Amino acid sequence: MLKNRHIQGWLQASPLTLVLIGFLILPILTIVVVSFWRATEFSIIPDFSLENYEFLFGSSVTYKVFYATLKYAAITWALTLLIGFTVAYYLAFHIRSQTMQIALFLLCTIPFWTSNIIRMISWIPFLGRNGIANSALQSWGVIDQPLEWLLYSDFSVILAFVHLYTLFMVVPIFNTMTRIDHSLIEAARDNGASGFQTLRHVIVPLTKPGIMIGTIFVLTLVMGDFITVRFMSGSQKANVGRLISNDIALLQYPSAAATAVILLITVLIVIGILLRFVDIRKEL
Amino acid sequence: MRSGKDLELVTLTKRYGTTVAVDRINYVFENGSYVCLLGPSGCGKSTTLRMIAGHESVSDGSILLDGFDISHLPPAKRGTAMMFQNYALFPHLNVRDNVAFSLRMKGIDRPERHKAANEMLDLVHMTAFADRLPAQLSGGQQQRVALARALVTKPRVLLLDEPLSALDPFLRIKVRAELKRIQRELGITFLHVTHGQDEALALADEIVVMNNAVIEQAGPARSVWNTPRTEFVARFMGGHNVISLNGAKVALRADEVTLGEAGLLATVTSVEYQGAHVAMTSMTDAGEEVLALVPEEQFFQTPKNPGDAVRLAWDEGRVHRLQA
Repeated sequence: MLKNRHIQGWLQASPLTLVLIGFLILPILTIVVVSFWRATEFSIIPDFSLENYEFLFGSSVTYKVFYATLKYAAITWALTLLIGFTVAYYLAFHIRSQTMQIALFLLCTIPFWTSNIIRMISWIPFLGRNGIANSALQSWGVIDQPLEWLLYSDFSVILAFVHLYTLFMVVPIFNTMTRIDHSLIEAARDNGASGFQTLRHVIVPLTKPGIMIGTIFVLTLVMGDFITVRFMSGSQKANVGRLISNDIALLQYPSAAATAVILLITVLIVIGILLRFVDIRKEL
Repeated sequence: MRSGKDLELVTLTKRYGTTVAVDRINYVFENGSYVCLLGPSGCGKSTTLRMIAGHESVSDGSILLDGFDISHLPPAKRGTAMMFQNYALFPHLNVRDNVAFSLRMKGIDRPERHKAANEMLDLVHMTAFADRLPAQLSGGQQQRVALARALVTKPRVLLLDEPLSALDPFLRIKVRAELKRIQRELGITFLHVTHGQDEALALADEIVVMNNAVIEQAGPARSVWNTPRTEFVARFMGGHNVISLNGAKVALRADEVTLGEAGLLATVTSVEYQGAHVAMTSMTDAGEEVLALVPEEQFFQTPKNPGDAVRLAWDEGRVHRLQA
């Protein structure tokens, strides 16, 4: 009987295990294995060599690009958190009726009915040298010359990131906030807390798990991105994703794999550090 | 005995659109008394309490404490503190920090606010649990912490919104004795909202019975129970029969009804053994239900069964005329 239950348990767990092995573990293992291979301009040689890593760590470009990637991630994170928290707070605490909450929440998701690339590219005519933003500012007399930094700059890259990923911050934060008992807010007021004190001492601490989940979404999305950086910077800026994509375009798979492994480790370390601060288990 | 320090409601009104939740009520809560606001759900008792606490705006009228109009002050500036029905403890703070929360909001230093919190925890016998989180406490323990948190602000009036409703019946009786002890020790006014008449009778110096947004009757617990003014109060307080005698409604205590040779003819509809008493319900010829609480020994000398005809008697002096 006991043995029977043992087998039953394994059988029940096996479909998901197989899916995860086939679609997650094996691909990652392949990348790790390939990262130790060698490549020339015209061939890829199975081997165990550290030359990809040596090249990666020996090049100053790597550090610059990793720095740029972390910078994009940090700035995007800060902005999406600020906007996402505000939107979620408004939805959760200022909208009284649940129907209205759901309606407004769905409204937030409407932009997601179009593809990322289209939403990204639609910024280009807006931000360009003779785009809507520049001509409007000029006609209002705010500026004389078109602003050069609006498009194909860090500004436009981060703008697109924030536009694309804020919802990933709104959703988990809103989800956590709706579970906060409103009588806690009343209790805080009864205990003399001002609006800001209630936010700081009650709402933010209770929303931390949601903030953390949103943070993980945004960080992994931004750090793994390459297409946004390419389009919005007009190929003038680089991040790790673009480094990998360039290697692949040149058929340098082992080098691309090595960069991917280092990126994966970096992201895991960042998330590992974050998880030490906040326990998200009860949210899952 | 008015002392100028009382809590007074003056034509206090709450309207939600066209619905009137509290309709021009006037009342003086004597300083240092334990008052129960009693009534069925939706009668306006909770709204009244929340208006006094400052969590609900006043549509009309005013609330006076110590002779000052507090109707439009923020909750923490009124000299009141509220204990919430579900306790509303902050789940991320331990017991001590929950109790010290209001002091922290005032910017009082950590050692000082912890000292004050510890004193309050001592009062409610929760010192041993000071470092636990609310989720690690039982319902009764959470309730004590909520009480300590409300009392740490040194309120003049403590407002309790159905404080015992989340506890099991056994604990409820224990905790209500505790509430009474703390009220007596502190000597402040406790204003306790409940829908349980036994709870109100057990605790209150004074009972305010509310129904349909107005005060139906108010006064010392014994007078409300013994001399109900209206049929509603008589029925709600329980233990009374409301019957028509000579064209007027009267209240008759169930334990005053005896079974005799002469008296009102009735048919037994149910018999319930309750230990010290037997609760016998019967139907009179006029179609009115009468409950008789007959002492156990007396009942079993001549036991009755549903369907039996009985004669109900009582001492005429114990019949209480109702005004409405």
